[in-house]
Formats: sequence, structure tokens, C-alpha cells
Amino acid sequence: MPLFNEEHLQRLSQTLNRWKETTLRKTLERRPERLKKFMTTSSRPVNRLYTPLDIADFDYERALGMPGEYPFTRGVHSTMYRGRLWTMRMFAGFGTAEETNQRFKYLLEQGQTGLSVAFDMPTLYGYDTDAPEAIGEFGKCGVAISSLADMELLFDGIPMGEVSTSMTINSPAAIIWAMYIVAAEKQGYDRRILRGTIQNDILKEFIAQKEFIFPPDPSMRLVTDTIEFGTREMPYWNTISISGYHIREAGATAAQELAFTLADGFAYVEAALERGLDIDAFAPRLSFFFNVHNDFFEEIAKFRAARRIWARAMKEKYGAKNPRSWMLRTHAQTSGASLTAQQPENNIVRVAIQALAAVLGGTQSLHTNSMDEALALPSEKAVTIALRTQQIIAHESGVANTVDPLAGSYYIEKLTDEMEADANRYFQAIDAMGGVIRGIESGYFQRELAESAYRYQMEIDNRERIVVGVNEYVAEEPLEIPLLEMDPEGYDRQVARLNRVRAERDNAAVEKALRELEDAARGDENLMVPIIEAVRAYATLGEMMGVFRKVFGEYHEPVFF
Amino acid sequence: MDRKVRVLVAKPGLDGHDRGAKVIARALRDAGYEVIYTGIRQTPEMIAEAALQEDVDVVGLSILSGAHMALVPRVIEELRRLGMEDVVVLVGGIIPDEDVPALLDMGVAGVFGPGTLTSEIVETIENALGRELA
Repeated sequence: MPLFNEEHLQRLSQTLNRWKETTLRKTLERRPERLKKFMTTSSRPVNRLYTPLDIADFDYERALGMPGEYPFTRGVHSTMYRGRLWTMRMFAGFGTAEETNQRFKYLLEQGQTGLSVAFDMPTLYGYDTDAPEAIGEFGKCGVAISSLADMELLFDGIPMGEVSTSMTINSPAAIIWAMYIVAAEKQGYDRRILRGTIQNDILKEFIAQKEFIFPPDPSMRLVTDTIEFGTREMPYWNTISISGYHIREAGATAAQELAFTLADGFAYVEAALERGLDIDAFAPRLSFFFNVHNDFFEEIAKFRAARRIWARAMKEKYGAKNPRSWMLRTHAQTSGASLTAQQPENNIVRVAIQALAAVLGGTQSLHTNSMDEALALPSEKAVTIALRTQQIIAHESGVANTVDPLAGSYYIEKLTDEMEADANRYFQAIDAMGGVIRGIESGYFQRELAESAYRYQMEIDNRERIVVGVNEYVAEEPLEIPLLEMDPEGYDRQVARLNRVRAERDNAAVEKALRELEDAARGDENLMVPIIEAVRAYATLGEMMGVFRKVFGEYHEPVFF
Repeated sequence: MDRKVRVLVAKPGLDGHDRGAKVIARALRDAGYEVIYTGIRQTPEMIAEAALQEDVDVVGLSILSGAHMALVPRVIEELRRLGMEDVVVLVGGIIPDEDVPALLDMGVAGVFGPGTLTSEIVETIENALGRELA
């Protein structure tokens, strides 16, 4: 039932027209507006004023409902942050497992409430640290994990049964997860109690971040294997974090991020259903990860629209019955691409505004970027300020005191509706081309992103978009923030450890485990079990991924710009 | 000598962050250059070979993974080995200020971080080629 009655709307429409012709006209005659067109970060036009007329059909119960209830527009919990604050989860990792272990302990001491592991490029691509392809990349944008021995060190002194750990790993996700499971079991924990997330979202790798290895079909099989295994054996683990973050960073608009991410989510749901899994058994463990960029209101609307679209699709299209299957739970991270190398301290302010939007958007966990990330990996000081930013929002700003405080704003509700409508148009286009994988193979997503990224850059180049310190308020000033120094002997220590593992393990057991892994890969059984066995025997990441490279082959994407 | 300036935009190493590379490739094309983009995951050998085959004047390397101090010298070495001492080499990505002097010493003509306007890159290319043609 619409909230606004017809008579009121008609009267309002008359008032609005009168205002336009009197008060507004006089003002515009005296002083024209600053810009010819106002637009969001995603180049979406923004009106001067929003009133109930923009959401004339607004039906509160249908559009929003109550928090903790379908369609969850106002949030997935009924009390939101009054019950429990979001998880403050800072993504960290560099150099060796020992160095990252120290950073984790530091973050936990500073009040961080969950761990989040960044892996280095060789690990992300399934190479051991000493592989020829890995030259120069060791430990640069994450920690190097080449075998179970590294994983054991990474969590040394951290009770794996008590923390929740998010791992940003995709192509080798099944193997890294297996290392985590075995390391936790060696600490004495039952795998059934472990809590955390593997990113494991290969579709967005093809679309945006490009850390794919195998062709789409075997890649999807590995993802479905992990979903199946998690559903059976790891009730508190999020088997996938369906990620818009990287899609946005690669240039997408807010609406493209929203639509492509949810389309990926639907593709995983369909793959799991095809495997014969019960939707209400696996869907509650699907989680999401969105970007939060500069445009405050647009970002908040994006989170609200995401929850509503997902809930409706899960309930109405896929027939899920369990309310937990309808809930879109999400992590958020502030936008790396929005940070500037110029006047890096300004990034603290950008991050604060973005973080505030994520909280007002109702995120379940949040990473705030550090001010120095347009220059290098974050220093401890920069990370601490970023974490403190979240703590200030949580405890000082008052925004966590009430649920979804921006609901009912004409602008926010209109934007939420527009986001949903835009996403639906993209879903139709993707369906028409035969689904997400066909879209990847034809270069559709990559082209859409390249187009948006180019438009954004041109808006900056042409000064249609002001970026403080870049094309306005420019200052030449020496850089004064201290950057992270890494252990110069880290590489040697890591390679020495790797060689020790290879020398001291039972190599006959490793060969047997790898042979069994290869047989399993050629067949269609779930790969998690043979992966866990190979991990336990201290087979290296490169060895196991080598088996898959041999069986599945490697994917090459269409190249264009 | 009214041949269009030819530019190879390349992504060495494992880093898949190709947003910047693609934006720059397109901006340079719009600026009137002939642009070839290699795609991701190129070895220094592949890049130098492509530069030779395509007979380019400029090689732009995009690296956001932090591996620039290992990869850039190898690309330059390979270019020299193939006799392309004169090719203008540019580097873009996440490059700490303290690494810039060393990159310039190696023979890199310009280093560009986040927030670079594409016009600055065009200007650097014009200057570098102008100097060498003079």
C-alpha cells in the first residue's frame, strides 16, 4: 500500500511548481548554480531536490520492511549496531609468515576483532616463492604461503578456533583453505567450529582482478566443490565472498558493481543447485564484499538495494525458504582507487567519509584503507589511524545508535530504487547473452569496465570532476609519511624454509597424494578431500596447483582496451 | 617522418590490475599515437620481443604489485639486448617516491603514480622523443 495519498501528492505537486516559478527562479536569476550538471561519482545525474513526488508509489512494507526481516533493505539484524558493532577487519599481509604473524598480533592488541589475510602475487597465482614466474613478487602485496609450514607460522600463537579469519584467495582458494583447516586441526581444534571466509570468487577474477588461472568451467567446479564441502563439514565458514570490490576498483560504476556482483552470485547459486545441493543448506553461507567509494548517498543506496534484490531473488526466483538464505551479509572496504598519491594525508578524510557510508549502508564488517596505500603497503602508523577511524565512527559519531537512520530520505529511497532498476537492466542483458561465463568469454564485462574507467579518467582530465590535490588545490610538497620497511632477508628465509619442507617431508607420501589429487581432478569427485590429504603431507602450493594446471589447462583472456 | 608515434603498453609480472594500463592505452590512442597493449602477465622477454616486432618508440610499463625494482631493469636490459636503446621507457603504478630516482637512473623517462593526468604522460612522451630526434 503506497505511503503517500493521492491528494497530498497533488497538493505537493502544486506547491513544488509554485516554488519553481517563484523562489527558485528568483534565486537562479540572481545566482546560477555552480555546475551545469551535477552527478555522482558514477556519473549518475543528481536532481536539485527530492520530494515525496520522486517516490510517489513508495510502499514502506514492500520496499523496506523491518530490519532483520524480508527484504532486509534496512539491514540483516533487527537491532543492527545497537546489538553488536560491525567487525573491524583490517586486511593485512606482507613478506614472510613471521612478519605477518607479528602484524596480526599487533592488530588484535589494538582492538581489531577479526583477521584478514592478504597473500602475495605468487601465492595468488599458485606458485611457490622460488618459482621462476614469481621473480620480484615475493611478499610485495601480501604474505607468501607456499606450504602448510608457512600457514602454521602465520597463525603461531593465535588460537584458530577462536578468531574468525577472512582469506583473500581465489584461484588456489581450495588449497589455502585446506592449509588453514589442517593448521587449525594441528592446534587441536575441530574443523566444524572454525569461523571465517575464503573469497573464492573466481568470476570476478575473470571480470576484473584477473587472478584467474584455469578456464571458467574447471574454475567453477573448484568453487562448487568448496561450497559443497563447507556445507557438509564447516557450518560456520563462509565458503565464498562474492565480490564487487574489485569490479568497482577496475572501473565499474556503482550500478555495474551492484549488478555484476549479484549476477555472479546467481551464477554460483545455479552451479550449486545443478550439483544437487539444497539451497537452504548452502545459501546461508554465501557472503558478499562491496566497495565503498566517494559518493556518500549513492554508496548507501547501493548496499540497501543489494540486500533487497538478493532477498527477492533468493525467495521468489530460487525458492529458498530459510530467511538466512535471503540475507545478503556483506563485508565492505573503502575504495583504493579513490586514494591519491598527492597529499596523502587527505586520504584519511576520504576513508572516513567512505567508512561512514559503509556503516550507514549496514555493512557487517569493514576494512578501512590506509592513507599511504597509493604509494606502498601501509605502515603500522597508517593502519592504526585507519582502524581508529572506524572506532571513532562506532563510538563517537552516533550513527550506530539507531537502525538505518537514512531510510525515508526521498533522495536515498529514490537512489535505492534507481540502483535496483539499473541492476535489473544489466541482469536482462547478461541473461540475453547466455549468462556470466559467456559474458566473460566475449569480453562484455571487461569492455563495460574499461568504458566506465575511461570516462571517469576523462572527467578528471577535463576538470568536470574535481579531485582535491590532483586537479584542484594542487600543492608541491615533500612526502613526509614513513613507509613500511620489509625484512630484506625475508625472501632468503622463506626459500630456506621451503627447501627444508621439501627435504624433510615424506616424499613418497607427497607423490602418492599428488597422484591421487590428479586422479580426482580428472574425475568428478569433490577435490577438497584429496587436497587436504596432500596439504597434510606438506605438498607445496606450487605442486598442487601444478597438478591442476596440467589437468585443467590455463585460460587466456581476450585482450583489448 | 610523419609516421605516428608507436607505443607499447605492457603489464610485466603477475599483477592483474589492468585498469590504469587500459585507460592510458586508450588515452594515448586518443592523443594520436598508435598503441599496442600486450595484456597481462608478460615476462620482460615477451615485452622486449613485442617492442621489437611492433617497432615502437615508447614502452609503458604498468606495475601495481610492488615488483617494479625487479622487473623494470630486466625489461630495460632485454630492450638493450635487442638493440632498442633509444626506446622511451615509462613506468606507471604504485611506486614509492624513494624508488623513483633509481628508476630514472636506469633510463626510465618518467614515473607516474595514481592521480596522474593523462596529459602529463603525453607531455613526457613528446619531450622525450623531441629530445632524441633533435
